[in-house]
Amino acid sequence: MLADKDRIFTNLYGFQPWNLEAARTRGDWADTKDLMSVGPDGLIDAVKASGLRGRGGAGFPTGMKWSFMPKTPNPDRPSYLVINADESEPGSCKDREIIRHDPHKLIEGALIAGFAMRARAAFIYIRGEYIAEAKVLMAAVQEAYAAGLIGKNACGTGYDFDVVVHRGGGAYICGEETAMIESLEGKKGQPRLKPPFPAGAGLYGNPTTVNNVESIAVVPTILRRGPEWFAAIGRPKNEGTKLFQISGHVNRPCVVEEAMGLPFRELIDTHCGGIRGGWDNLLAVIPGGSSVPLVPAHQIMEAPMDFDGLRDLKSGLGTAAVIVMDKSTDIVRAIARLSYFYKHESCGQCTPCREGTGWMWRVMERLVTGDAEPHEIDMLLEVTTQVEGHTICALGDAAAWPIQGLIRHFRPEIEARIAKRKGFIQVPNMGIAAE
Amino acid sequence: MSDFSDFNWTAENAAEAQRLIGLYPPGRQASAIMPLLWLAQYQVRDETGVAWLPVPVIEFVANQIGMPYIRAYEVVSFYTMYNLKPVGRFHVQVCGTTPCMLRGSDDIMKACKDKGMAKGATTADGLFTLTEVECLGACANAPMVQINDHNYEDLTYDSMTAILDMLARGEEPKVGSQIGRTASCPEAGPTTLQEMV
Repeated sequence: MLADKDRIFTNLYGFQPWNLEAARTRGDWADTKDLMSVGPDGLIDAVKASGLRGRGGAGFPTGMKWSFMPKTPNPDRPSYLVINADESEPGSCKDREIIRHDPHKLIEGALIAGFAMRARAAFIYIRGEYIAEAKVLMAAVQEAYAAGLIGKNACGTGYDFDVVVHRGGGAYICGEETAMIESLEGKKGQPRLKPPFPAGAGLYGNPTTVNNVESIAVVPTILRRGPEWFAAIGRPKNEGTKLFQISGHVNRPCVVEEAMGLPFRELIDTHCGGIRGGWDNLLAVIPGGSSVPLVPAHQIMEAPMDFDGLRDLKSGLGTAAVIVMDKSTDIVRAIARLSYFYKHESCGQCTPCREGTGWMWRVMERLVTGDAEPHEIDMLLEVTTQVEGHTICALGDAAAWPIQGLIRHFRPEIEARIAKRKGFIQVPNMGIAAE
Repeated sequence: MSDFSDFNWTAENAAEAQRLIGLYPPGRQASAIMPLLWLAQYQVRDETGVAWLPVPVIEFVANQIGMPYIRAYEVVSFYTMYNLKPVGRFHVQVCGTTPCMLRGSDDIMKACKDKGMAKGATTADGLFTLTEVECLGACANAPMVQINDHNYEDLTYDSMTAILDMLARGEEPKVGSQIGRTASCPEAGPTTLQEMV
């Protein structure tokens, strides 16, 4: 278990106020100017040395991402930092806690990250449904402006840096970085083809980096305590602490900061009071938010909860949104509901996703009741591979993977439902009750 | 204010609209479309009790930033939180996505239906509109609903029923967790940083 002294988010549940005064007592904004004195490249090197990988799901090394930004920005094409607070992945609810309880960690991180990538401003794109959270964040930004921490001559560094909070309108797809940029430009949030990548041509055609809230909010603490401190937590290539969000069939669902690589069983026993009905009652876990394939109980119990540990189980850490399902779960329905989610959230731009997500959902609904032919399982699997990798953004992949995970691990369950239903349907023909 | 053709900002919102447009670089005022639509939808709610965006209001907002109406309409129709049709005084948005489903969102939906609501419809008295929505990002506090600007979390059939009763009576139910826990802290109290409570 992570020691309390190594926790970054010391106000995760909001037992203390979120405001600037309280944030300062927690160490935020203490010596920001000194931290920035190493210069942009020094900051990037430090973040690289910490091993921080992006906390939004893909796990791309944060320092390396920053290094793709131009070293000498063209004044006519200022660089931008866009912070992804469009937390919409089913299971994910960590950025919400940062924003409403520790917003100054995010704002300070925005300044430091923006300075490191030589950006002119940061746009924080917060999902529309986070209404109270957006109010807190906007008020915190105002506090930071009033205290001279951001804006002209931010923190007395001579660097001018603006922070703008932009509310979304309820579209999951805007969490995709280029869709977010489109949305910020005042358009429908439909992803762009890459290349060009945002670091070359992003917001308003200017160099842009999009980072997750948690990736940015941990940066000031990493710099204060030193990259080696962060890198000493977790496992190689999976360093640091992480906010885990445990939902579903545990005794006490919660959000908690833990060391990367903590075994699943320890995470649940320590913070969630165990699995509802005991460990023998565990059926399966979706370990990283709805987009990653589920993992059956016997594989997940001792697995290390980090990028590589879960990749080895053909799943992923994603946003560390851990959805736990016990044996009372209708597992086919649980995944079918995710298929509905992706059908609902497809932006409609690419045919394989627009048509495929609806098609896959309709077949999934029939599999829930067993109203299908056995060969349709393979047909569904085949269609998932035709959607996967054939769309502009990863929503198509995200719609395909949960179904692939279900079929990989629970095919007998699906087949049993079909067989049972067929038996039931034959009743009138047989003229006797099936039982 | 029957057909909204004379829609205009209140003095306060006119200033706010200018501030919002000013947040984006010169020439990039199109970026302000979403904040302005939010502002307009809230103003319509303040003035009529119903949050939505009638066509003349969308036209008004589009004109202000020199955007063709059809592009503004595209934005309104793409993002689900802008209402193209009036909703009830209370827009009951029940999260039905898997993390909430696992914790009993079926019961929450049933509590709404038992109060006479139907999915996608507004009650005859204009009080409630029921919508099943996709993940609202409060999964550790599932099941949950969002009603207008507030979340109600850790719900049961009974607590949901009580909330709807209170709203119908014009009372203000307690926002957030309905089982008395703080945010997404474990129900029995924090397992971390206990001295900071």
